[in-house]
Amino acid sequence: MAQPDPTPAAKPEAVKPAGADRPVFAPWNDPDAKPLIQFRNVTKKFGEFVAIDNLTVDIFRREFFALLGPSGCGKTTLMRMLAGFETVSEGTILLDGVDIAPIPPNKRATNMMFQSYALFPHLTVWDNIAFGLKRSDMPRDQIPARVEEMLRLTRLEKFGKRKPHQISGGQRQRVALARSLAKAPKLLLLDEPLGALDKKLRQETQFELMDIQEKTGTTFVIVTHDQEEAMTVASRVAVMDHGKMIQVDTPDRIYETPNSVYVADFIGDVNLVQGRATAQGGGRYAIDWAEGQPPIHATATEGIAPGTAVHFAIRPEKVAISAEPPEGRANVVEGQILDIAYLGNISTYKVQLAGGRIMKSQVTNDRRLARRSFTWDDRVWLSFTETAGVVLLD
Amino acid sequence: MNRRFSWFNATSLTLGFAFLYVPMLILVIYSFNESKLVTVWAGFSTKWYGELLGNDAFLSAAWVTLKVALMSSTLAAVLGTMAAHVLVRGGRFMGRTLFSGMIYAPLVMPEVITGLSLLLLFISIGLDRGIFTIVLAHTTFTMCYVSVVVSSRLVTFDKSLEEAALDLGCTPLDAFFSVTLPIIAPAVISGWLLAFTLSLDDLVIASFAAGPSATTLPMKIFSSVRLGVSPEINALSTIMISIVTVGVIITSLLSKRAVARQRADEQAAART
Repeated sequence: MAQPDPTPAAKPEAVKPAGADRPVFAPWNDPDAKPLIQFRNVTKKFGEFVAIDNLTVDIFRREFFALLGPSGCGKTTLMRMLAGFETVSEGTILLDGVDIAPIPPNKRATNMMFQSYALFPHLTVWDNIAFGLKRSDMPRDQIPARVEEMLRLTRLEKFGKRKPHQISGGQRQRVALARSLAKAPKLLLLDEPLGALDKKLRQETQFELMDIQEKTGTTFVIVTHDQEEAMTVASRVAVMDHGKMIQVDTPDRIYETPNSVYVADFIGDVNLVQGRATAQGGGRYAIDWAEGQPPIHATATEGIAPGTAVHFAIRPEKVAISAEPPEGRANVVEGQILDIAYLGNISTYKVQLAGGRIMKSQVTNDRRLARRSFTWDDRVWLSFTETAGVVLLD
Repeated sequence: MNRRFSWFNATSLTLGFAFLYVPMLILVIYSFNESKLVTVWAGFSTKWYGELLGNDAFLSAAWVTLKVALMSSTLAAVLGTMAAHVLVRGGRFMGRTLFSGMIYAPLVMPEVITGLSLLLLFISIGLDRGIFTIVLAHTTFTMCYVSVVVSSRLVTFDKSLEEAALDLGCTPLDAFFSVTLPIIAPAVISGWLLAFTLSLDDLVIASFAAGPSATTLPMKIFSSVRLGVSPEINALSTIMISIVTVGVIITSLLSKRAVARQRADEQAAART
């Protein structure tokens, strides 16, 4: 729970939109940048089961790297290999250019924040945070100052003397964070760090996490199955499935230019239209998707052979809905409203097109007292531009 | 649930408790008997308690029993905890199922067999029988009780606590002593208490393992009862019953208080 704080200096800075003050932070685009962590053809098998499948990826200093995927996709295994709790079956993991395979967990310059927080119940908050410092080469007399610093960073000054069961869930989460950051690790691993918090607290804490990450300059690797969380906090997101990274990219590129049907479908809401593409020159394609309907006009960067089966993916908020056929739009399709989901800030219309296909259109409710323009069973026109969607190969 | 008082409930309660406690009650009453004949009541007296204090044979047997119980239960607690930790945490290793089966075997083994096999062992390696051999024997048979109690605690123990300790720079040994052991301490202590009580009242195994130089209290009682029950034994038993009763009451009060404090703490945490 957020405590009213008497010292204004310790208050978290005003929340900045992700990337606003670091527009140039993109070491993954810099061929000279030296990665902090390198996975080189890493495979992990549990008996016959392949948890991580020949994975190669670089993670850079100061990154906030999110591993996103459904349960069983290998994201936790990947993290536990970094922490040293799982061995690598094949391939190597380099931290700062050094193979970490022979280094036991207690000697690694990584720290982990556990999903269950794993606070030591027999120690006070203060002793929990000091636990790692007492086992480091930090001089004894500097430990109290460092613990106080961590307590300030996580706004826990008043709770140092309490035991973990004497504080709330949100405070426990912050103790776990303070404890894992106390040794100033090169790399902090966060395993579903906000999973146990309720939604409101989780959103507040996400911004706190970003703030702390920026203040300390630590490289964070976070495991989550919550895509909103990954999109909010991360500088790059890796979408995983069956031990492979399907796409590794910035949140906006993951959302706007997914490289596969899997990613498009996994992140956010999407309309997927199956069809056959015909090239029309200049990167423009016509996609035949239904008998007797005009083709969808779309652009694609890669060359696509004529007649290739493709998926056209378009986000619902990029589909406009209107009662009259709109003028000058590249794509216009007629349909009938099947269902309306009113969510307060937005409304989603489920529209049935010719041939029974459903397409969703999302509209922001930017006026409080507007008359509802459409209702069930209305005939409507959906429209979108040529560049609103992406063409994905199967 | 029917919470009303009924004759059936009252009868079963009375019968059950009578079954459990009437023998002990009779023993306690007769320990205050004036008469030398155990079964004839001749008025109230505490003289047998006085005689008991003057009986060196009983007192030295009690002292031996206490020493044996303390040493063997401590040894058993250490070994049993180690065994439980390996079996629960050791991961998969060759013969793990066999080992975990074998550690429980002494629980179901007839005591006579355990005692006899120990006796044969001591004779064959030429070990002089005395206090030391009784301690060894008691450690052997109480250790598996400790390991059952401790491993049932370890199974529910959040493994990430140990991983967190390793992650924060502990060696596996340091992690065990500074995180695992303090948390499972209640289980180790109750295992120790169990081993202690088992050792206190063991007769069969002690009879096999003991030599002429050491006699435990149960052995002493048993041998003197063969010559006829003396009121002194009643007095001695009454003392033992009262010690156990006081111990049980204290433990239950302490644990009740701990639970109450925990609940109060959690409510306080929920309010902040």
